[in-house]
Amino acid sequence: MAYLLSLKQNIASFFMEIGEMSFFSLRFFKELFTKPFEFKELLNQCYVMGNKSLFLVGVTGLILGIVFTLQTRPTLMDFGAVAWMPSMISISIVREIGPVIIALICAGRIGSSIGAEIGSMRVTEQIDAMEVSGTNPFKYLVVTRILAATLMLPLLVIFGDFIALIGSAIVENMKGSVSFVLYFNQVFEALTFSDIFPATIKTFFFGFAIGLVGCFKGYTSKKGTAGVGKASNSAVVYTSMLLFIIDFIAVFVTDIFV
Amino acid sequence: MNSKSNKEVLLVKDLFKGFGDNKVLNGFNLSLFEGENLVLMGKSGSGKSVLIKCLVGLMPPDSGSVELLGQDISKLNHSEMNDLRTNVGFLFQGSALYDSMTVRENLEFPLRRHSKKLTEEETDTLVMEALENVGLTHTVDWMPEELSGGMQRRIALARALILKPKIIFYDEPTTGLDPITAKEIILLILKIQEKFKTSSLIITHDVDCARVISNRMLLLLDGINYAEGTFTELSSSNDPKIKAFFK
Repeated sequence: MAYLLSLKQNIASFFMEIGEMSFFSLRFFKELFTKPFEFKELLNQCYVMGNKSLFLVGVTGLILGIVFTLQTRPTLMDFGAVAWMPSMISISIVREIGPVIIALICAGRIGSSIGAEIGSMRVTEQIDAMEVSGTNPFKYLVVTRILAATLMLPLLVIFGDFIALIGSAIVENMKGSVSFVLYFNQVFEALTFSDIFPATIKTFFFGFAIGLVGCFKGYTSKKGTAGVGKASNSAVVYTSMLLFIIDFIAVFVTDIFV
Repeated sequence: MNSKSNKEVLLVKDLFKGFGDNKVLNGFNLSLFEGENLVLMGKSGSGKSVLIKCLVGLMPPDSGSVELLGQDISKLNHSEMNDLRTNVGFLFQGSALYDSMTVRENLEFPLRRHSKKLTEEETDTLVMEALENVGLTHTVDWMPEELSGGMQRRIALARALILKPKIIFYDEPTTGLDPITAKEIILLILKIQEKFKTSSLIITHDVDCARVISNRMLLLLDGINYAEGTFTELSSSNDPKIKAFFK
């Protein structure tokens, strides 16, 4: 009985949280189009999220490309299809693996840092101080961060995909003596608009989800350091789950229209 | 100590605020006069911080009215409230300095948002002037984590003062400080009050702070203003509930 009661409470709080997050996102869209616009802070956040994530995304992309190629090569050799390697790798990375893996990395890097930063600002009354000084903290902290994440994630994914393809080309060059020029010729021959466009569109949604959940968890975090830790942690967990849901919907929709 | 007038700058009438079954404020009344230092004392958890947040619009009361500088804050829209807030300074209990910004940026933040026509030189002059008032000009490029607790409190005071507010709310200004630093903060508050002729509402449970700083005192008990008077009057009261504050 107690288990059922606790299950009921958990389900109720889950739906309440979804409702609160929906209101939070509605408020984001409302504040997005009202003055004053915080351009300076938006640029600062783009720099923090974009530039400072480049190294992590680059390393992840390189390892992804190398490992993916090394793992796939023996199977393709068995079927005598190793010549298909550049097209197979590029389509897999551009359409699916690149966006999802890089978004997950960014959920850890960007989502958790947003959750922790805004959460600690809430706990230490910095958000109240901002409001008392006549600044709309939602606009200054939340709108700028969600927008920056939405704009920066597609760029990070494009960069990560490119580095992953370089990693793959390096392996092909070393193992199969395929020149870089030949490798990338085959890559660009294989990739079509229908591979790149839907994959890029979904990265905007990934970025929005990372920014939204991170900000929501931080902004609504409860008092105390435990609240900050929980905000940071649950920002990553919820975002990761949300990324797969968005990816599922995106693939489903793409499959219908393309 | 200061030049107090009969003009009310803050008027609170029948303020109620509760969280579920926990009724924190039960019809609280308060008036603060121009140039006055009013000390509000109450036990921990008695609702002092809730009250001060209701006064600056950070928390909506369940019922009752708050008139700040002659304006009912419940009737103001967001932009009017922001304009009114330029006349109100707030010193938070934990200083609440923006920890991703330097001291200079912390002080520039309210200036840039409210005085957009200021040049870089004018902004710099105002920042240095505010820091000079609290005796910390050398920390202008420091980060908040490099400052001691007392220094953080003084910088927060400089930030609260930078827009030259008419009223300053102090939320437990000496909490968490050693007695010497606490005394320094009290003297600094007095010095600033003398210099800028501000009206101050000081929330504290520090008896020494109340004794030195107050023109008048209010005791918050069971959500109401239980007693009112000067420090001498209240500290010599025979009411056991009032006596408990001064032990």
